[in-house]
Amino acid sequence: MSESHDTNGTPRYYVPHSSVWPIVGSIALFITAFGAATFIQQSTDKVLTATGTYGGIIFYIGLAAIAFMMIGWFGAVIKESLQGMVSGLLDQSYRQAMMWFILSEVMFFAAFFGALFYARLISVPWLAGAGHKLETHLFLWPDFAETWPLFMTPGGTATEAMAAWGLPFINTVILVTSSVTVTFAHWALKKNQRGALQAWLALTVALGIIFLILQGVEYVHAYNDLGLNLSAGIYGSTFFMLTGFHGAHVTLGATMLAVMLIRILRGHFTPENHFAFEAASWYWHFVDVVWLFLFTFVYWF
Amino acid sequence: MIAHADTIPPARHPLIAWILRWILTTNHKEIGTLYLCFSFLMFIAGGAMAMVFRLELAQPGLQYLGADFYNQMVTLHGLIMVFGAVMPAFVGLANWMIPLMIGAPDMALPRLNNFSFWILPFAFFMLLSSLFMQGGAPNFGWTLYAPLSTTYGPPSTDYLIFGVHLMGISSILGAINIIVTIFNLRAPGMTLMKMPLFVWTWLITAFLLIMVMPVLAGAVTMMLTDRHFGTSFFSAAGGGDPVMFQHVFWFFGHPEVYIMILPGFGIASQIIPTFARKKLFGYNSMVYATASIAFLSFIVWGHHMFTTGMPLVAELFFMYMTMLIAVPTGVKVFNWVATMWRGAMTFETPMLFAVGFVVMFTIGGFSGLMLAIVPADFQYHDTFFVVAHLHYVLYPGAIFAMMGAIYYWLPKWCGNMYNERLGKIHFWTAVFGLNLTFFPMHFAGLGGMPRRIVDYALPFADLNLVSSIGAGILGLTQFLFLYIVVDAVRGGSGKATGQVWDSAEGLEWTLPSPAPLHTFHKPPQVD
Ligand code: HEM
Ligand SMILES: [Cu+2]
Repeated sequence: MSESHDTNGTPRYYVPHSSVWPIVGSIALFITAFGAATFIQQSTDKVLTATGTYGGIIFYIGLAAIAFMMIGWFGAVIKESLQGMVSGLLDQSYRQAMMWFILSEVMFFAAFFGALFYARLISVPWLAGAGHKLETHLFLWPDFAETWPLFMTPGGTATEAMAAWGLPFINTVILVTSSVTVTFAHWALKKNQRGALQAWLALTVALGIIFLILQGVEYVHAYNDLGLNLSAGIYGSTFFMLTGFHGAHVTLGATMLAVMLIRILRGHFTPENHFAFEAASWYWHFVDVVWLFLFTFVYWF
Repeated sequence: MIAHADTIPPARHPLIAWILRWILTTNHKEIGTLYLCFSFLMFIAGGAMAMVFRLELAQPGLQYLGADFYNQMVTLHGLIMVFGAVMPAFVGLANWMIPLMIGAPDMALPRLNNFSFWILPFAFFMLLSSLFMQGGAPNFGWTLYAPLSTTYGPPSTDYLIFGVHLMGISSILGAINIIVTIFNLRAPGMTLMKMPLFVWTWLITAFLLIMVMPVLAGAVTMMLTDRHFGTSFFSAAGGGDPVMFQHVFWFFGHPEVYIMILPGFGIASQIIPTFARKKLFGYNSMVYATASIAFLSFIVWGHHMFTTGMPLVAELFFMYMTMLIAVPTGVKVFNWVATMWRGAMTFETPMLFAVGFVVMFTIGGFSGLMLAIVPADFQYHDTFFVVAHLHYVLYPGAIFAMMGAIYYWLPKWCGNMYNERLGKIHFWTAVFGLNLTFFPMHFAGLGGMPRRIVDYALPFADLNLVSSIGAGILGLTQFLFLYIVVDAVRGGSGKATGQVWDSAEGLEWTLPSPAPLHTFHKPPQVD
């Protein structure tokens, strides 16, 4: 190898020669995507020609393959980091990449928030006759009146609204608290207080799990008691799309933090060198901020 | 230097070792080559579809295709050209050139780079497989409008949706990699305002990609849930709105068209100074113009929806903002022309493509301005005039830029000069073919010929015959291009020097030709 080395033996910029994980990942993504499309067709009544049940199996195989790829790929990166291959410059690359990745996630949520605001500010008032869309109202749904949450769709589907100050508020407190605890964990890591680090991080993961359980309780309540479901018009659509994708991100974030906890228990990370931990905690803060917007615009106002 | 194959056990059969090398590579040059080859393949596939529907359109009436298959061809043509040909080709050029231009050892995240590429073949396999599914391929146009794609979409639409997700993942990861490389791996002394313009334009393009690809992912996800899970995002009966799909789509779609042209702007800004033997006129203003175009591209999406129902203030807002984009675009065209002004110009093939780019892209810009005028667009919308516009900005814009780039840097990549005479023939046949194809579309459109319909009224017959003949020429000449590139790789017309073009400037020309597999392990000093 002819990489130029710093005095301490770290390569200036480590370029791996070849890797199997990307192609494993591509195949895994493909299996998952193909399986998901087939699965959905086979398990909903939209496509009458799609019979059989193999779609689900393909989909789960794909997910397992993605997990396998991530374990292998991240495992390789962790090994490099433990061997001291990660120079300051490479560490910078990882950090910046994570930031941009989070920006792309922000924009993913922005699409659904856009849909929410469009429905609240434009489509629902229009359907009720506001603006220049009077004819639609008069000819198609003259009885439709504007409300938000939309209790009664133009087509006549009824639902009740989810109250903000019950479970959702408790969940807000939980998630904000967990953002604080993960910061305490980070401070402990920087001061090399391993015990406090483990405790705060474990608490964060636990709070994340409690959040998810409460979210599940809330969904059951919505479906069983409120008639609030995916088919309950645009209120239900935006409600479940936003909270559902948020929940998926909480799951991902909590998994990342749990992996960090395991690594910390195995003695990984130093006060100077702990990018993966920081990335996971950034992600956690991001999930938290998205929730604050959700709480404000989906539940509260 | 490290021999690349040293990670692969030598006992393997050479063919297997060769295949594995390309599948497992983390080298930016090899991945760049993969991207370029893949995009050419897609270019031919999308082009074949265009041949099919141009054949149908050569005469009025129904000859070979039914209406549904015609729509499938138009849809796949658009999706393949946008996501399969233009975008990967520019990413391939970025892979090859950005590390060379900024003096980096490789891309910042080499494994991620391989990942972004290898997702693509699978995504397009999935998209193309929809042709063989029951109900046929998606048939609602590349814009995927609801409710055509929700209530009325064929079953294969679900595979399209997941295919788009895969393409999105690939683009986002690729864009992250490019941004990080540019911010983090520049050689000492290369400040942002010393970066070559190709690097600058790609930096901004990558930012656009990160901002809008997730929005497209959101749009197709809502499509999916509307199709299968009873949501009513795009259904008025549930309080949603089909027009909302258009808003979300075009919030992605308009920045997307700039994603397809900004790297081309960068390429023209590299090539023209070399062959005019002058410094680029107005470097700073080029950077600022690119940034303002990118900014404005977020607030003009409504110009695609003038006729689908917006309040008057919104129509006016989008009209003025769209016209405003012409200002920074005009700055760029002015700068290119000013660079050529009194230059000692020669017209090797890359320069021909660059000049062709400036002239014909400007034609597309002007037709864009016509479309931006709300009352005029009520007349032009969804006619062949729009088709003419978008092809003038995309063919002699994006495609000419990347072909110019390939002629320009090919000697650096493979170490041999291409055949100059054949290159010039390729250029002139392409110019002839593309104007023959797309110029008559202006008239057909102004006359009222709608797009995306398999048949047309008799008065448009002559114009369409001319277009179809042009399309045939344009299609055939691409095989000449393929021949020229293959010929150059196998020896061409002689060895290239390191400098290749006598007045080319930039770090890439300090390297020998062909550029060795690993370059700039020690960063060069830039002053
Ligand atoms: C001066 C700059 C430009 C202006 C003022 C402009 C304006 C417009 C307008 C108003 C439309 C909508 C027409 C309609 O559907 O009725 C349009 C369509 C389009 N433009 Fe441009 N444009 C410009 C530059 C570009 C560039 C640089 C590209 C791509 C490289 C581009 C690609 C497209 C495409 C693909 C469509 C058609 C989309 C579709 O409906 O399928 N435009 N343009
Ligand atoms: Cu546009």
